[in-house]
Amino acid sequence: MAERKTVGDGLAARGISRRGLLKYTAYLASAMALPPLASRAMAQALADAPRQSVIWLSFQECTGCTESLTRSYSPTIEDMIFDLISLDYHETLMAASGFAAEEAMEAAIADNKGKYLVIVDGSVSTLDDGVYSTNAGKTNLQTLKEVCADAAAVISVGSCAAFGGIPHARPNPTGAVPISDIITDKPVINIPGCPPIPEAIAGTAAYFVTFGRLPDLDHLNRPKAFFGDSIHDRCYRRPFYDQGKFAHSFDDEGARNGWCLYELGCKGPVTYNACATMKWNGGTSFPIQSGHGCLGCSEPDFWDRGGFYQPLSSAVMGDRTLIGGAALAGLVAGGASALRARKRRADAAKATQSAPGKEETRS
Amino acid sequence: MSLLDFARGPALNWAMAIFVLGVLWRLGALLMLPRMRDRSAPRPGAPGALKGGLGALVRHMWVPKDFGLTSRFSLINGYIFHLGLAVIVFGFAQHILVIEGLFGLSWPGLPTSIITAASFVTLASLIAALVRRTTSPVLRTISTLNDYFTWLITFLPVLTGLLAVSHLGARYETLLAIHLLSIAALLIWFPFGKLMHAFLVFITRTQTGAFYGRRGVKI
Repeated sequence: MAERKTVGDGLAARGISRRGLLKYTAYLASAMALPPLASRAMAQALADAPRQSVIWLSFQECTGCTESLTRSYSPTIEDMIFDLISLDYHETLMAASGFAAEEAMEAAIADNKGKYLVIVDGSVSTLDDGVYSTNAGKTNLQTLKEVCADAAAVISVGSCAAFGGIPHARPNPTGAVPISDIITDKPVINIPGCPPIPEAIAGTAAYFVTFGRLPDLDHLNRPKAFFGDSIHDRCYRRPFYDQGKFAHSFDDEGARNGWCLYELGCKGPVTYNACATMKWNGGTSFPIQSGHGCLGCSEPDFWDRGGFYQPLSSAVMGDRTLIGGAALAGLVAGGASALRARKRRADAAKATQSAPGKEETRS
Repeated sequence: MSLLDFARGPALNWAMAIFVLGVLWRLGALLMLPRMRDRSAPRPGAPGALKGGLGALVRHMWVPKDFGLTSRFSLINGYIFHLGLAVIVFGFAQHILVIEGLFGLSWPGLPTSIITAASFVTLASLIAALVRRTTSPVLRTISTLNDYFTWLITFLPVLTGLLAVSHLGARYETLLAIHLLSIAALLIWFPFGKLMHAFLVFITRTQTGAFYGRRGVKI
């Protein structure tokens, strides 16, 4: 096995100074809400660490996650990521193809047994043994199991890998499942989003390389540093929500004044992600700032949670057939009760007529 | 399915169906009952049934002068939490969206700060009502489990709604789910418990008013 260069060697070869590395680690540390001293520790660890071997697998997905990562405007962060990690296999980005590509992956697995990181975007088809999505003659299901067998950890990038995403949406014709349903004996970190924020991918990978362990995760295995707050809590339009000022359509006065988009279906209150703080395209904007409500793409089953433009509080209530049936049943039951009462009255009257003496005795 | 999805979907849909079924059942059974013809001769100068019934309904909206302070407190306190509930249900923008989704009717909402204040006042008023019920020997004697459960089922949506809006105690989606489930519980209990008075109060008071009015008694 060829000796891997350290991250420090790679950075030096690119003319990036230690000051540059410190700036980068300070950025990552602050993004992940780590203490100030952590950035120095990260810089030291990164400079001495061998580049982390990463195998990136793409399954049932749209390549949006890779697009997101590669088109980030963040200050050279992706260049840095490619210096931090040794991206040994990535079907979209690698130069090799065909058998050469597969050999590269097998070599990376053999050379880094138990140490390499697997990043997956896309969900896994399981129906009919997963035949609905294949690559290099193998189903995604087979590839995932084989590649993850000797991995140190798995990062599910994007909502498809993390929660099944759009392939998992009803009626889920391919039996799509998230990675965590298949890989149960390795740590699996979810970085959902459609696509996820590039800094969340980079930050999580850097944390793993630096500290050799996973960051703090929430109940859905998402790094708390990026998924700890709801969009709503960090939204700059939140004061309008509190004041009861809402846009009622996309071109009314409220929309022009930048009021809250809750009534237009914004799912920010129940969506946890860093969009409102880290934003996109180099911190330029995020969907709500561009005038569109949050779709809730970093939450499980966001595709099946009612219409995107239906408000959160009214989206799925009011099944007309069910309520219509209940109304009919109620009227029938009421009518039947009244009929029984009428019958009882008639019977009582009949009994009184047939035995008037008893009535007189009682009165 | 998450707890919130369950609360927003099946729980509220079924609760609404049970509410509609129960209310129509009870109202249907009551209104379709055979009506006893009042064979007594009306007192001279007695109002008609409608006038007598409506008069009783209006007079019951305030306590007669002869009644004591505690009766006045009960009535005023009742007004406070009923009005508070109305402000919360019909003034909060998110609730208006529910109504709009169901019936297509909409109106401007109130600021959250006003709704929050109304919620605190309503909760305090409901607690005062419970204290009055438990400390008054007469009320305590005539109270049943129905009364206490109805109080709880009214109190919980206000409390959980306030917690959800304030993001206190748990994650927002959990609080919202609990709030929606508390409303589902209210809807299910509504037709079968004391909450049914929301519909029956008009029928029973006017009926009683008409009955006594015919006999020359103002109640």
